Amino acid sequence: MTATAPAPAPDTQSDERLLKTSPLKKLLGRPELGSVVGAVAVFVFFAIVADSFLQATSLATVLYAASTLGIMAVPVALLMIGGEFDLSAGVLVTTSALISSMFSYQMTANVWVGVLVSLVATLAVGVFNGVMLTRTDPPSFIITLGTFLMLTGMNLGFTKLISETVSTKSIADMEGFASAKDVFASTITLGGVDFKITIVWWLALIAVATWILLRTRVGNWIFAVGGGEEAARAVGVPVAATKIGLYMGVAFGAWISGQHLLFSYDVVQSGEGVGNELIYIIAAVIGGCLITGGYGSAVGAAVGALIFGMVSKGIVFAEWNPDWFKFFLGVMLLLATLLNHWVRKRAEATK
Amino acid sequence: MGAVLVAVLGASLVGCSSTGGKRAEDARKAAAAGGRAAVDTPRWTFGMVTHSGDGDTFWDIVQSGAKQAAVKDNIKFLYAHDDEAQQQAQLVDSYIDKKVDGIIVTLAKPDAMKGALARAEKAGIPVITVNSGSAESKKFGALTHVGQDETIAGEAVGEELNKRGKKKALCILHEQGNVGHEQRCEGAKKTFDGKMQNLYVTGTNMPDVQSSIEARLQTDKSVDAVVTLGAPFADTAVKAADSAGSKAEVDTFDLNEKVAAGLKSGDLGFAVDQQPYLQGYQAVDLLWLYKYNADVLGGGKPVLTGPQIVTKDQADELEEYAKRGTR
Repeated sequence: MTATAPAPAPDTQSDERLLKTSPLKKLLGRPELGSVVGAVAVFVFFAIVADSFLQATSLATVLYAASTLGIMAVPVALLMIGGEFDLSAGVLVTTSALISSMFSYQMTANVWVGVLVSLVATLAVGVFNGVMLTRTDPPSFIITLGTFLMLTGMNLGFTKLISETVSTKSIADMEGFASAKDVFASTITLGGVDFKITIVWWLALIAVATWILLRTRVGNWIFAVGGGEEAARAVGVPVAATKIGLYMGVAFGAWISGQHLLFSYDVVQSGEGVGNELIYIIAAVIGGCLITGGYGSAVGAAVGALIFGMVSKGIVFAEWNPDWFKFFLGVMLLLATLLNHWVRKRAEATK
Repeated sequence: MGAVLVAVLGASLVGCSSTGGKRAEDARKAAAAGGRAAVDTPRWTFGMVTHSGDGDTFWDIVQSGAKQAAVKDNIKFLYAHDDEAQQQAQLVDSYIDKKVDGIIVTLAKPDAMKGALARAEKAGIPVITVNSGSAESKKFGALTHVGQDETIAGEAVGEELNKRGKKKALCILHEQGNVGHEQRCEGAKKTFDGKMQNLYVTGTNMPDVQSSIEARLQTDKSVDAVVTLGAPFADTAVKAADSAGSKAEVDTFDLNEKVAAGLKSGDLGFAVDQQPYLQGYQAVDLLWLYKYNADVLGGGKPVLTGPQIVTKDQADELEEYAKRGTR
């Protein structure tokens, strides 16, 4: 959110909140500025060191990698602006894919039935997280850690119980699979280059999330509950509903990602997704979200995901040893956080 | 960086060890053949993408075989890995974007790799599958598969356990979600006359592996054989059996230096080797043969690198090769 509290105006008659700020100052106050600078730097860097990085097909691969992460990073960023964590987001993606697949298969139902059942079940997990958080005392870190462990166990346990192996059975020959694949996992060819549909989903989520944050009352609520829960409650913000809604947003992202997994590969591995929740948080933090809440943006999280995609695939294009990937990631996270902090300080100093 | 560190540490040390250590390793390396190409084909680039997690000894050995063959065949060898199926498929995409001349890939999660292999075929890049996915390799358009049929390997274990007169065995699965691991335990169950139970452990967390095996052996004293599915877990299982006061014999899939030493000392019963070095080496070599001469090995069937049952009798030379990082 743009913090636009300018220097004391000479004209004391006017309300200071209505003063115009210069466009440059506005730009400097944006949370995602640091990450955009970082993204440009990473892009230029890999364009120089990896000769195949700039090919259209390579960029499509990078965008795909960024989108599969970004679909989750955007709602996670909203949640973090609202001052909460979700450690169950990584395995929830797998859960969502497993439910669609196994429900369709076991009931011999049209695949779309499984997809919708999965949507309801995944959103229910989001509601569970939100209700547990707002009705009980522990912080979201602990509550979603519990959900994370339960889901991890349920993914494996139920899959083994129902399918008798650790992965689901193929549903590729069932009714509705083709149309669902078109929606969640198709490829769009533009100028001879294949772009995955997840990129479209990703852009749509960025647009919706940004609109919610900056143009609606709900957006103000999100910033308010993240900035100070008690103060928000005092001015009549529905704190519980906002937080439950944010968890449902993450669940919705997990549902899209899960369906993408399922319809890309038509078989789901039950043990996957563990550890990804931290990567979503990293993307959001690189994108300028504060770990304490109340500050950040959806665009920033998307740019964070883009940086992540560029680095993870850029290392391959540059033919480096992949053993160092996590090291680079750690360096990047620290640099981005420091840069964000510096940009924010500058923005506040110019007020 | 590493060299500097070693130098600084070396300089600051007062006493030197006259046995083992880096010096012995360097001497071994010097004794090995110098790496020069043995052919005059163009310098092709082959990329290998596996489902390995970070820091896995088995895949180090596969890589060392692949690298050795790459040197010999004048190949530029690239390697990448990720244990998440989606990420692995994306890595294959990256190599296709790079327009490499050949791709080597594992199909531990075959369905996830289907699309990537189809894209490689479309781009005219020959693919060889290694290690896992013998059933799908041909279907997905790969030239051939180099590896071990996990079910056959499992069956060999069951037979060996019968030979040793075992009655009740545990199969330790350290990677939930790995179809190959399931097949190994299934195969062993099929041929084993006694009773065999599966035990799932978290392979990325060694203390957890040990305590899980320990707990199971404490509760069930009648277990007389523990089969681990990876070399690093054999040693852990031995420790677990010791502290649980169990007499169970530990046997394992795959080899490493410790397993070879364990076989020699009698801590371990037997190991089933699938010769990872051979998998990497053959994959690169077969791709080279295909590029050079359109040769394909295996006649449409997988080229098997195992199972090879190794016991105390072969332990001596195996230990030497395992130290070298090739067995």
